[in-house]
Amino acid sequence: MPEPLLRIERVCKRFGGLLAVDNASLAVEAGRITALIGPNGAGKTTLFSIISGFLPPSEGRIFHRGEDITGVPPHVLARRGIARTFQTVQPFAGLTVHENIAVGAHLARRSRADALEAAEQVATTVGLGDLLRRPAASLTVAGRKRLELARALATGPELLLLDEVLAGLNPAEVATMVPMIRTLVDGGITILMIEHVMQAVMSLAEQVFVVAEGRILAEGTPRAIVGDPRVVEAYLGHGAAARLSAAGGAHV
Amino acid sequence: MSRWPFAQILLVVAALATVPLLTASNVVLNFLTVALLIALVGQGWNVLGGYGGQYSFGHAAFFGTGAYVTAVLQMRYGVNAWMGFALGIAGGALVGAVIGALAFRSGLKGSYFALVTLAFAEVLRILASVAPITGAGVGTLIALDLRPQAFQFQSRAPFYWIILALVAGSLVIARLIEQSRFGAWLLAVRENEEAAKALGVDAARVKLAAMTVSAAITAAGGGFYAQYFLFIDSGIAYGPWISIEALLAPMVGGVGTVFGPLLGALVVKTLGELTKLVTGDAPGLDLVIYGGVLVLVVAFAPRGIASLPADLRARFARLRSSVPERADA
Repeated sequence: MPEPLLRIERVCKRFGGLLAVDNASLAVEAGRITALIGPNGAGKTTLFSIISGFLPPSEGRIFHRGEDITGVPPHVLARRGIARTFQTVQPFAGLTVHENIAVGAHLARRSRADALEAAEQVATTVGLGDLLRRPAASLTVAGRKRLELARALATGPELLLLDEVLAGLNPAEVATMVPMIRTLVDGGITILMIEHVMQAVMSLAEQVFVVAEGRILAEGTPRAIVGDPRVVEAYLGHGAAARLSAAGGAHV
Repeated sequence: MSRWPFAQILLVVAALATVPLLTASNVVLNFLTVALLIALVGQGWNVLGGYGGQYSFGHAAFFGTGAYVTAVLQMRYGVNAWMGFALGIAGGALVGAVIGALAFRSGLKGSYFALVTLAFAEVLRILASVAPITGAGVGTLIALDLRPQAFQFQSRAPFYWIILALVAGSLVIARLIEQSRFGAWLLAVRENEEAAKALGVDAARVKLAAMTVSAAITAAGGGFYAQYFLFIDSGIAYGPWISIEALLAPMVGGVGTVFGPLLGALVVKTLGELTKLVTGDAPGLDLVIYGGVLVLVVAFAPRGIASLPADLRARFARLRSSVPERADA
């Protein structure tokens, strides 16, 4: 089996007495979308922070292209081609949309003019082309999510970690974002996404990992996952799967 | 973008450069020299505080180091004044780098960073007030030697042009920061350090570089002070007064703008002089005025005088758009 683009091996994270991530292992294959789903507080974002270098794991190792990147700081990972977005958007509020995206574009470009030009192109692809001169603070939630994505894209990543970029969007906005994410993968970017909007996960992801109480509970294709009784129970409570199938059976 | 980015700076500096040709008044030149000195020190603060968002209360540490290195090298080691001045700038930059490395490595931000810089400046002040090499409590006097090669002049005009050239240099540095990748990274760190890191910005290194440049500019002000007044002691060189001037000028003029520190220094110094005219030389009254000015600026022009026109336009635009509701009031 070839080495996956990203491999997480038995990662644990403790915060005092709380085991936020418990012995999690997963692999992200290049060129596709992998999704991380699970109930609130399952440890998905903690896992993201560990992968992107913002938190050191208590145990376990992370490999990028077979190289151990455990404990490598975020800015070095960004230079390696690993970019992330934040669940709670973190715009540079005092700067314009254009300047925000240019910060990401500067990673590979020293010249200000080049970075601004590249930023403009990225803005167009995510649909912020008309808002370049607006202060980032004036954007709507949907706009900020796009900005978050645009900045990460401007770094020219090979692996993009998307932390709930669809959360808080209305169905129409989700409908425009989903094809956009699809084009990114077609353009050669590998994506690992945390997502609650199941409709998007079902249509985008090829591989899904379900996280509950810090553990990887199940993995597989979206279709296989939704039929997994363990997954249903993780979301709806113990015994829910049995009750559901019993209720479903009664109706038939 | 097509306009030459330094055109405004050239215009302002050229206009200021004509002053000694128009008047030989020592009062005017002395006033402007001191105001420009504060503008220089304020620009030093602005590089770190305005563009980098790291508010220092201890820029005296760099000012004093610049002043003492310039003075002590001359008087105790016979080093040429200009060489002493250059080494003073280097010394200030080194102190900035060391304090920056310690503070940023420990992850100090916000008020913690401010307090630590203040503490360093105070420690240096106390050391300078007891160490024999600085002349301890007596201070250091630079011997009179009115020759250009000794960085001393018969008239005030050359001093004025030198401080103006230093201010011009600091304006160019600020403009370069605004137009460079380093500046984009520095602003990103100011706005949101975590997000900046995620985009590949080595935040600790960017802050350290900003602090070193900031300290060097401020140290140049200290070295100039020593040559202009020919006397320094620990209270002058490392005293809190200069830390306050350094942050007041950009705060009043416009934090994180190229011309803010210059504008702020001129406004604050003019107000200071006017108060002295009105009230005589009551000690401490200028500080009362400073406090009052700061309160007014924070209340009515929180982004400084430089941003006031834009802010007022925005405010009027909002008023106009809400005219229907207000018409009956």
